[in-house]
Amino acid sequence: MNIRQAAQAAILLKPDELVDAARAVLDGGGRMQMAYAWYPRPGKLELRYLSGRGAKQPFDIWRCPVERPVPSLANLWPLLNWYEREISDLFGIEFTGAPDSHRLVLHEGTDCPVPPFAAKVPAGYALSLKTRERRLPEVGGAERDVQLLPFGPVRADVMESAEFLFFYIGEAILFYQPQLFFKHRGMEKRFEGVAAERAVVIAERVSGVGSVAHALAFCQAVEAASHCRVPPRARFLRVLLAELERLYNHLHYLGHLSHTTSLKVGESEGKLLEERAKQFNARLTGSRFLRSLLTVGGLRRDLRSLDWLADELEALRERYAVYARHLENTDSHLDRLITTGPLDPQVALDQGATGPVQRASGLDRDLRRDHPYAAYDELPVAVAVRESGDGYARMQVRIAEIHHSIALIQRVLLMLPDGPVRADCQILPRSEGLGWSETPRGTLFYVVHIGGDGRLARVKIKSPSFSNWRVFPFTVHGSNMMDYAINEATFGLTMAGCDR
Amino acid sequence: MPLWTLLGLMAGNATADWPLRDGDDGQAGVLGMPRYRPEACAEGCAACAEVCPTGAIALRDPDDAGGRLTVDYGRCVVCQLCTEVCPSGAMAPSADWAFGVLRREDLLWRERAASVARKAASSTAAFRRSLHIRHVDAGSCNGCESELQALNNPFYNLHRLGIFFTASPRFADLLLVTGPVTYAMREPLRATYEAMPEPRWVMAVGTCAVSGGIAEGGYASGHGLDGVLPVDVYLPGCPPNPAAIMQALLTFLGRMPQRARGGRLVE
Repeated sequence: MNIRQAAQAAILLKPDELVDAARAVLDGGGRMQMAYAWYPRPGKLELRYLSGRGAKQPFDIWRCPVERPVPSLANLWPLLNWYEREISDLFGIEFTGAPDSHRLVLHEGTDCPVPPFAAKVPAGYALSLKTRERRLPEVGGAERDVQLLPFGPVRADVMESAEFLFFYIGEAILFYQPQLFFKHRGMEKRFEGVAAERAVVIAERVSGVGSVAHALAFCQAVEAASHCRVPPRARFLRVLLAELERLYNHLHYLGHLSHTTSLKVGESEGKLLEERAKQFNARLTGSRFLRSLLTVGGLRRDLRSLDWLADELEALRERYAVYARHLENTDSHLDRLITTGPLDPQVALDQGATGPVQRASGLDRDLRRDHPYAAYDELPVAVAVRESGDGYARMQVRIAEIHHSIALIQRVLLMLPDGPVRADCQILPRSEGLGWSETPRGTLFYVVHIGGDGRLARVKIKSPSFSNWRVFPFTVHGSNMMDYAINEATFGLTMAGCDR
Repeated sequence: MPLWTLLGLMAGNATADWPLRDGDDGQAGVLGMPRYRPEACAEGCAACAEVCPTGAIALRDPDDAGGRLTVDYGRCVVCQLCTEVCPSGAMAPSADWAFGVLRREDLLWRERAASVARKAASSTAAFRRSLHIRHVDAGSCNGCESELQALNNPFYNLHRLGIFFTASPRFADLLLVTGPVTYAMREPLRATYEAMPEPRWVMAVGTCAVSGGIAEGGYASGHGLDGVLPVDVYLPGCPPNPAAIMQALLTFLGRMPQRARGGRLVE
């Protein structure tokens, strides 16, 4: 599929045509993917929506000038609620009829005289918190039998910052509300005014454990905007890097999950295998996070002498196979996962679940197969799907994906073509492009808009954890405290990608 | 039902000998801070300063002594771009990652590497064999957390050095901070510090915490720990690898010599 088509096919819609268009996506069995805002010209604000019709069909982009009130689409597509709230926070656009219009990305109590993405912001503009007041939902009656536990943003162990509010009676959780975006750094703004080929370094630092996925989606978006073809060897090496990233992330996932189910040796083994994978990364690329290699047009340098990798990987695979088998046969581990945190397929679809989380709830979607990029169209991509939607299914999907990733890497090592790894890429002024990748956690989109000066005018990042954090609370309401940490671990979420 | 204990015993000891004895530190192939050799610098060239995404490299006033460039490793995100554009090898790739220092100045490249001022040994002496750390993520990309979490995997096994992460700031001796200190994390970070008993110390881990890193100066992102909390140990890196974090911790405790001064590793 030609990635360029998607970006060029932007369809112009008026605000009052949006609802019908969104309903047509629903009726046609497609899915809304994301929404964002930008300024095509100074003082001219435009909304963008991305929707997908299905596998192997180009994504549709709608553009809608913001001239009069814009209707909320969140009643039709609940997953869009977070995007609309983000746009309200960052651009000051209101959506009429929105089911929830509270602040999301900026905290309640933020002193924000001008929206951070407004056309004109003062030089050195920096937000501050006026108050630390929280907006709390009303849960329970006046009987005071419902207790509130605020947990975070500084949590036990080495964890990313986020605050969780539990309304509970005894063990039972009545209502759960995560307060995220403590880590909001304004990364999308950081790209603006930077030359595209220099900005890969920024993309690599949006979500550290997704460095390759972010750099890849960003590079592909720029390549789409500038009609640039990446040489075959670079496309295959990009797959190699992306799958090595999946490998160490999923191994970490299993180690951390074993930690929450108190399986000590299982935790050690998972984290030791993760460490080995990271050491491979360093030996291969100089970076344990596979950074400093991707660039617009291909790779910054070739990877030579890969002979050792196949042998080391095979040894890792054998040890991993034993580990995975033991996990699947340990009653104490499985007892904590089976029926824990079930995610209904309809909720998964409506609320925007992505990656292993949606595949564990029966939604058979994977960008590598459905919208292939890099060299995935020349490789056999197996997609693991489970139906039960519980924590066990989410673990099983990841266990299977590790096997598939190792097989893909081994295939790439056999098939790797010779040739250059970088094409010259002329950045076209006033162009735009869409790029994506299937990260270890799910769908990642980058949209880049190049300005008249050839530099980045706007970059939008749709990260998988932004999607899955929206979904996760639906599996917590009505569950119990003892399962919480385990359920959270089965989702495998990050804050950095979500908060940006 | 698998016998996990037996499995663990059969797998044997996976822990590195380093740093207690010579041996593999697990960082084979890792690229560290680019090495600056001013004598190789080409006249009229500013390629590295132009390409540096965080302003770690800048052209020096021509009247100043000591090379044409100012190089601040406290701002370096280890992206290697300068080593790629440098035509003369003045900025060269290296494996120099052990950049944990007790004074911020030691991260600035200097003609003559001044001798390292030793911390008053008495202040940390009581904690040499047992240190408790409270970590606070003040807006990182999660790269630093990934490496901090690795410290307790069997390969590094930080516990064996008597260094522990603790849940409560009340039990903590050292506050270990990652991230550039976003506007929303500023108060929780201060509150955590205030909750710690004295004596207490602060360690900035990762270039974001040292100087703001890649996101520095944005509307939400902050400038690192300077002006927020007093810092006792600086460890730049993007992210610093687990061995670098161990080296910095042991340097702080006086159990390992500080290796970086004047912006380079000195043996």
